[in-house]
Amino acid sequence: MKNKNLYNYILGIADNSLILGQRLGSLTGHGPSLETDIACTNISLDLFGQVRSYYQHAAKIAGDNRSEDDIAMLRKEREYVNVLLVEQPNTDFAYTMARQFLFDVYHLSFLQELQKSKDLTLSAIANKSIKEVSYHLRFSTDWIKRLGDGTAVSHQKMQEAIDGLWTYTDELFHQTEADKAMVAEGIGVDVTLLKEAYYEKVGAILEEATLEIPESKWFQKGGKKGIHTEHLGYLLAELQYMQRAYPNMEW
Amino acid sequence: MSEEQIKNLEAQFEARIARDEKIEPKDWMPEKYRKTHIRQMSQHAHSEIVGMLPEGNWITRAPSLRRKVALLAKVQDEAGHGLYLYSACETLGVSREELYEQLHSGKAKYSSIFNYPTISWADMGAVGWLVDGAAIINQVPLCNTSYGPYARAMIRVCKEESFHQRQGYEIMIKLANGTPEQKELAQDALNRWWWPSLMMLGPTDAESIHTEQSMKWKLKRKSNDDLRQQFIDQTVPQAELIGLTIPDADLKWNEERQSYDFGEINWDEFWQVVKGHGPMNKERMKARVGAWEEGEWVRDAAMAYAEKKRNRKEKLAI
Repeated sequence: MKNKNLYNYILGIADNSLILGQRLGSLTGHGPSLETDIACTNISLDLFGQVRSYYQHAAKIAGDNRSEDDIAMLRKEREYVNVLLVEQPNTDFAYTMARQFLFDVYHLSFLQELQKSKDLTLSAIANKSIKEVSYHLRFSTDWIKRLGDGTAVSHQKMQEAIDGLWTYTDELFHQTEADKAMVAEGIGVDVTLLKEAYYEKVGAILEEATLEIPESKWFQKGGKKGIHTEHLGYLLAELQYMQRAYPNMEW
Repeated sequence: MSEEQIKNLEAQFEARIARDEKIEPKDWMPEKYRKTHIRQMSQHAHSEIVGMLPEGNWITRAPSLRRKVALLAKVQDEAGHGLYLYSACETLGVSREELYEQLHSGKAKYSSIFNYPTISWADMGAVGWLVDGAAIINQVPLCNTSYGPYARAMIRVCKEESFHQRQGYEIMIKLANGTPEQKELAQDALNRWWWPSLMMLGPTDAESIHTEQSMKWKLKRKSNDDLRQQFIDQTVPQAELIGLTIPDADLKWNEERQSYDFGEINWDEFWQVVKGHGPMNKERMKARVGAWEEGEWVRDAAMAYAEKKRNRKEKLAI
């Protein structure tokens, strides 16, 4: 492949949305209220819309006749490069919202930078996605506050979720080889520069939600290198089921 | 109010409906009208909400990203339909919580078709094509029903349902024109969904208890049997067009009636499912009740937070 770094770079962005979209999609019909059900489905829908644009772009760059679906559904587990955060399970609504929030704060600041990319397709996708992700962030932030500063039960559950997921936040700011190459070319975003503002923003909202900012300095990583938690395999088994069971067909 | 005054009001009320005027939430209405509408509209809302489950079942396994996006959007539409149908019910003085309670306790019904399982991807095609197809036939006449909020909700619902129906048929076309294995999936789905879809249009006229009154109030404009015939006449050519076979040996075009004759419907099965013995009745209720109970702490938190926020604002105002 001529432009392997760009291809890998796009997967690094798209896989996050794919896996998070898949997680949210499995909640449809089971939400705590009709309104939250609609909102989570909507976020999932936005993410899959973004995913399609990214993979279509990646497919063109790969130039080996693979389609967006081949890229999305026919890789092996080790070839998915999403961060560990997005593959964490829907343990309960607090976890779902905490995962969303911790990703959204990053996602929005990332897209704001990606808009400046020299790759015009990436810049256009970022531009279109910002509106959607701003809404995602507003929604998840509201729930962090509602659950953090709601009842004693919701406070405890939200604190548990934040504590549980905190260990996956640092990985958002790790640079891969493809990242470095793309930053050098003016195509990619230097994620290391987003870190400080991220923790400031997250910290301010957690504080407003009367939640404690976890003190742990131990962070998990590996997703960006394809070394995932045990959760991902099951998610992929569902995601890939039809493509694996009925290969080479049009749907 | 004297009996005579009430009779007078009732006569005026019926005359308005006969003149095709809409009844609005604040208008006087007979208690029976109110109750009948709550029953029908909430049953419809419940069907949308329970109907999200069999299709939601395939969101994570949709075969392509395009299909996944379309399915998510469709199930989201259903949630939206549920939302505004519940809101339409609320205009008649009943809360969404009360209506949920009726659903969860089994007092309120929902469309029995959703008590069948979706066991292959082709079921997403069959449900869209047949189930939404039958729903549209049921619902289009309701766009002119007498109760304003219901009629307006139905206009929007029908537009979206007709899109869903085309989307479902398009899934079937693709499968029917695909590999032998895909065609088999499509035929198998049609075999399983055909008869329940016919049942969806309701019991035969002889056994339908609500029809007469409902006709007068324009809650129903055609009888169940007429609607069923319309559905069959419309759907059989669609199946033929894509080379699928309707699973009814007695199905035959009747030149004289200019309609299809069809075989006997297994009404025992229909009543069994209505009574709670369908393949998925228990699971569907378990999922709904589970979501509601597990969501209680979330709803409580949202209420508590709103209350705190209000108090803070009031304090600031002082």
